[in-house]
Amino acid sequence: MRHLMSPLDFSPQELNELFDLATDMEQNPEKYQDSCKRKILATCFYEPSTRTRLSFEAAMLKLGGNVIGFSDAASSSASKGESVSDTIQIISSYADICAMRHPKEGAPMVASSISSIPVINAGDGGHQHPTQTLTDLLTIRSLKGRLDNFTIGLCGDLKFGRTVHSLIHALMRYPNIQFVFISPDELKIPDYLVDLLREKNIPYKEVIKLDDVLPSLDLLYMTRVQKERFFNEEDYVRLKDFYILNKEKMKLAKEDMLILHPLPRVNEISVEVDEDPRAAYFKQVQYGVYVRMALIYTLLNKTSKEVL
Amino acid sequence: MLNVGKIEEGIVLDHIIAGKSLSIYDSLQLDKLDCTVAIIKNAKSSKMGKKDILKIECDIDKVSLDILAFIDHNITVNIIKDGNIVEKKDLVLPKEVKNIIRCKNPRCITSVEQELPNIFILTDEKKEIYRCKYCEEKYEERP
Repeated sequence: MRHLMSPLDFSPQELNELFDLATDMEQNPEKYQDSCKRKILATCFYEPSTRTRLSFEAAMLKLGGNVIGFSDAASSSASKGESVSDTIQIISSYADICAMRHPKEGAPMVASSISSIPVINAGDGGHQHPTQTLTDLLTIRSLKGRLDNFTIGLCGDLKFGRTVHSLIHALMRYPNIQFVFISPDELKIPDYLVDLLREKNIPYKEVIKLDDVLPSLDLLYMTRVQKERFFNEEDYVRLKDFYILNKEKMKLAKEDMLILHPLPRVNEISVEVDEDPRAAYFKQVQYGVYVRMALIYTLLNKTSKEVL
Repeated sequence: MLNVGKIEEGIVLDHIIAGKSLSIYDSLQLDKLDCTVAIIKNAKSSKMGKKDILKIECDIDKVSLDILAFIDHNITVNIIKDGNIVEKKDLVLPKEVKNIIRCKNPRCITSVEQELPNIFILTDEKKEIYRCKYCEEKYEERP
């Protein structure tokens, strides 16, 4: 049986097949509308995450399947002290596949080690959020037509942002990717990732101001810079505008540069940028549903055919 | 000068960092063995200045050398038979250590899940980095 714990669980070739399937689902939705009929997805969300949960549920419903689950720990038996291992054994009797979000890091892995149904990590604390990374990759592949040969700028909180770390790991596996890290010193990319890039001879640079590098980027991945991450108010006030993308700054960017964002945004992308054809963050949400559809379909089929 | 006699059969752990012998005694769970154990602290050493030594008189299979390698792979392991050193074992870092150390990440599932073993995986042999199997937090301090 196959689970998804980290975006690196699938090889680039397997990801390619998954993205082909997701694209086919986007283009021919009727072909798949009953493909998971009589199958049940359990969404076990021990902490609230409306977007991710609804994306999973929409994906399963579009495949003709059904959904059960809970949306915070208080409404599950975890509030009575039940362990993750026990919960997943119960859920395995009710459902065919499970998407689990948990505040404790590694909880979905514990579930997968004992589960008799496929488990998808729908986010575990600050650790992994693999379906977000798959969403990012599918968006890039669909809108750029490739996952290689480009310069990507990652901007904002690069220290704590798990989506950024996962995306870097995933993109490292494709040829000719250049990374540009745009962040204040306090929120720089962790050393272990820089070491990894050096080891693999992957070009990267670190800058503080977005304007300086914007013209060179093929893709810009924006994240939120949270005020509480700064050591003092003065630094926050001094730096915050460097990381706000507006119409004026977009004049510096290439005609075909794409803007991505894992959402929710606060003010790091001005609403006026939404109309720009280069703004891809709402399309990204749609791709999130297609990639989750492809993932559910693939994991269910791999299980029933016992391919793996 | 204090003298501790030779052992006939068992293991002598030499070149232990001074002061570490008791934590090694605990980690190897030597208290559970029904055999003679000598703990020698702060012995003179030409190589280290001061060192600790553990002499364990028992069947050698009863002591897990994997754990020892994790704690300090510079320890010299002498296998003793008939009162003589018959083998000096090289310690190799174990690929996995189970229930020797605990994950210190308060957000890790091991902090709440009942009876979940604490497992650490060797992720970088050169830099001797172990990471928690579940949350991938780096382990910083050896016992």
